[in-house]
Amino acid sequence: MDFANFLIQLLNSLQYGLLLFMLAAGLTLIFGIMGVVNLAHGSFYMLGAYLAWFLVGQFDSLVLAIVLGTVIAVALGWLLEWSLFRHFYHRDHLDQVLLTFGLIYIFEEVRSILWGDDVHAVQVPEVLNWSIPLTENLSYPIYRLVMSGVCIALALGLYLLISKTRLGMKIRAGAFNREMTESLGINIRLIHGVVFALGVALAAIAGMIASPIASVYPGMGSSVLIMCFVVVVIGGIGSVRGALVAALLVGLVDTFGKVLVPQIAGMAVYMLMAAVLLYKPEGLFKQ
Amino acid sequence: MSSPKAQLEKLPRSIQAILVLGAIALAAFPLIPVTGSDFYLQMLSQMMILAIFAMSLDLLQGVTGLVSLGHAAYFGLAGYALAFLTPADTPISLWWALPASALGAGLAALVIGFFLVRTHGIYFIMVTMAFAQMVFFLFFDNKALGGSDGVYVNFRPTASVFGWSGIDLENKTTFFYFTLLLLVLVYAFLRRLLFSPFGRVLAGIRVNEHRMRAVGFGTFGYKLTAFTLAGALAGVAGFLWAAQTGYVNPELMGFHMSAHAIMMVILGGMGNFAGAIVGAFAFEYVMHFFKDLTKHWQLLMGTFIVLVVVLAPRGLLGLVQRFASPKERP
Amino acid sequence: MNELLLSARNLTKRFGGLAAVNDVSVDLHRDRIHAVIGPNGAGKSTLTNLLSGDLPPTSGRITLNGVETAGKSPEKISRLGLGRSYQKTNIFLPFTVWDNVRLAAQSRERHVPWNPLRWVSSASAMGAVNERCERAVELAGLSNRASVVAGTTSHGEQRQLEIAMTLATEPTVLLLDEPLAGMGQAEAESMVALLLRLKKDHAIMLVEHDMDAVFTLADQLTVMVNGQVIASGTPADVRGDAGVQAAYLGEEH
Repeated sequence: MDFANFLIQLLNSLQYGLLLFMLAAGLTLIFGIMGVVNLAHGSFYMLGAYLAWFLVGQFDSLVLAIVLGTVIAVALGWLLEWSLFRHFYHRDHLDQVLLTFGLIYIFEEVRSILWGDDVHAVQVPEVLNWSIPLTENLSYPIYRLVMSGVCIALALGLYLLISKTRLGMKIRAGAFNREMTESLGINIRLIHGVVFALGVALAAIAGMIASPIASVYPGMGSSVLIMCFVVVVIGGIGSVRGALVAALLVGLVDTFGKVLVPQIAGMAVYMLMAAVLLYKPEGLFKQ
Repeated sequence: MSSPKAQLEKLPRSIQAILVLGAIALAAFPLIPVTGSDFYLQMLSQMMILAIFAMSLDLLQGVTGLVSLGHAAYFGLAGYALAFLTPADTPISLWWALPASALGAGLAALVIGFFLVRTHGIYFIMVTMAFAQMVFFLFFDNKALGGSDGVYVNFRPTASVFGWSGIDLENKTTFFYFTLLLLVLVYAFLRRLLFSPFGRVLAGIRVNEHRMRAVGFGTFGYKLTAFTLAGALAGVAGFLWAAQTGYVNPELMGFHMSAHAIMMVILGGMGNFAGAIVGAFAFEYVMHFFKDLTKHWQLLMGTFIVLVVVLAPRGLLGLVQRFASPKERP
Repeated sequence: MNELLLSARNLTKRFGGLAAVNDVSVDLHRDRIHAVIGPNGAGKSTLTNLLSGDLPPTSGRITLNGVETAGKSPEKISRLGLGRSYQKTNIFLPFTVWDNVRLAAQSRERHVPWNPLRWVSSASAMGAVNERCERAVELAGLSNRASVVAGTTSHGEQRQLEIAMTLATEPTVLLLDEPLAGMGQAEAESMVALLLRLKKDHAIMLVEHDMDAVFTLADQLTVMVNGQVIASGTPADVRGDAGVQAAYLGEEH
């Protein structure tokens, strides 16, 4: 493989990995802090993509769609946490699995009722619809670079939020010792609501910004969910840093695996996971 | 413990009535072929196959406490085994195809379980899902294994041995009884296992694995054995499914199939195997009912599942128990 | 000199920068009760966990019945003859008292999980296991409560069950983590009497806060503060140690 091709695959890995990170970060935070497993996390990705398609259709602006979509996602996340999830923090994982299965069905049908079951495409915004040339034959779409940029910015924002702000400190304290945090007068319920809404928003935003390059289709939630789980398992539950490292690793292995050894295409990532599990059954950066 | 009769008498009349009806239905079940309806025979055979599948998961989930989101992988693998073992021009013998498929599924469970069982809690749940997806993609992506289109089972397996034509599985009534026999055998085996030395260790692992290790049990080995055995039993169900429908595709190993199995086990009530049977029938019935009702049946199904987990987390049998002894400790 | 059954040398356990156990050595002899005392956070539970295999040490050696056990799994260490009871009751709440102890007793059988015969035989029909269970239940004083569900028994009975389960594996070394915790006067006296009976055949390490019991039972005493041993010897020696009085006993009395 020549350098230009290698660069393209590398950029693709980065973009895929960063997208996975957006999803995995939310999942790992929600599990690390509230102890609840959410199988419907992929549905938020799917809903984000369909929402983007719908809003772009209404307002003809991807940026506006993303902004509006984020607001809707935060509201949805908050509502879900308040009405349903908060009653399940202390429940068996099995009950949580069952609950979120049911939600997957509900979300699928809601989407079907609102927007149908068709596959859609979202247009890349005109201003970003060009490619940067790498060689005389190959070029790389600017939108993908912008996408990666947005993910990096959000990742940085997440890092700053969690390590540098008072809210972040409260979040970390809540993960560490719930009772103590509550007795310090910190409103743990508020924290949980914020974390959950944040997770949902990240997943939805990922769906929204990915919609122009990945097609918008009914099963997109489940396929991304599995990858998300793989990332969280490799990275270690509760560790955002682990999610980032694992997501980039998965991006690399998956992209290069498919290109270099097409026979094992979809399996490369699982082999990576198996290898990690042999030596670190609780992930690379276990909390 | 008071006698079963005494316990029965303590129940409210309505529950007594339901149990009596249930017992009658149970007794009448083997007589269903007499009604002559092929459609119902097939539907009930399919439900029985799913009941076997659910019982195999109950061993893992209800008894040992291992929540597997990828149990369908072994169900599907056994089905594929039958499809690939059956030659193009002649049926294969049931007597070795069934054990071979089940053992194949069990072997796959052993290999995969070796990696999975070392994880705990939520990790275990996630990796079971991930590995099942891996198996799914293995078949989905490879034309040689049938790809997304799946594979046909050319002939139903034959039970003929040494010239004696034995049971004809092409006959729907015969297939029904054969499946019923396997259902009863699997149930009897699992009930026996529950109170065996092995079964007691699994029950202990579910309640307090830490203490089990502290008193000297190598819990990894026990969990892996349970995982393998559950995979082999799921294989029995998968073989029957392929034999009945004559067709296998990757969806049989997929996420939805695994999810359905979990819901069947929970719906009926975990840990005693009878609940798995009840749950399989109830789940399939409810799903068919919703599907007939509306195009948007998933909304109803999802709401139903959410209601079950909120209101009846210990399943239908758990509800009955709650009525029976409301003062029972949690 | 009594037979040395467990010897721990220079045990250290670090969590990040913090040494929860720092260069601790402990010897357990048959027919001796070795009490380990110290304020909360002194590292007593961590030490117990290191000896039982619940935690691997960062450095140090542990020799149990002649075998090196530092870093080995809890199940291996249990099979080598160590029994451990827990400060926070660690039993099988949904099972009956008998079933709790029976499981512990069953662990002594040389069973492998993949033997199909063990999948179909009856768990309650294993003679040797039942005998072992009977002995342990009787020793712990629970014979008339055997068929009661563990979750419905009183706190004191649950502490007795803790001990019964530990004894059912027929260990030679006993690590008892606050066996008297939360017990009333009468129950505590029974427990003390039981421990004195057990002493002859076992080496016992006792982590306790109940000072009366400690000074009644202990042949040897080790005092830990902040992960380190600040005094070790006979109760009389330790009582007289000025450093100990200042750091610990002085506050208690």
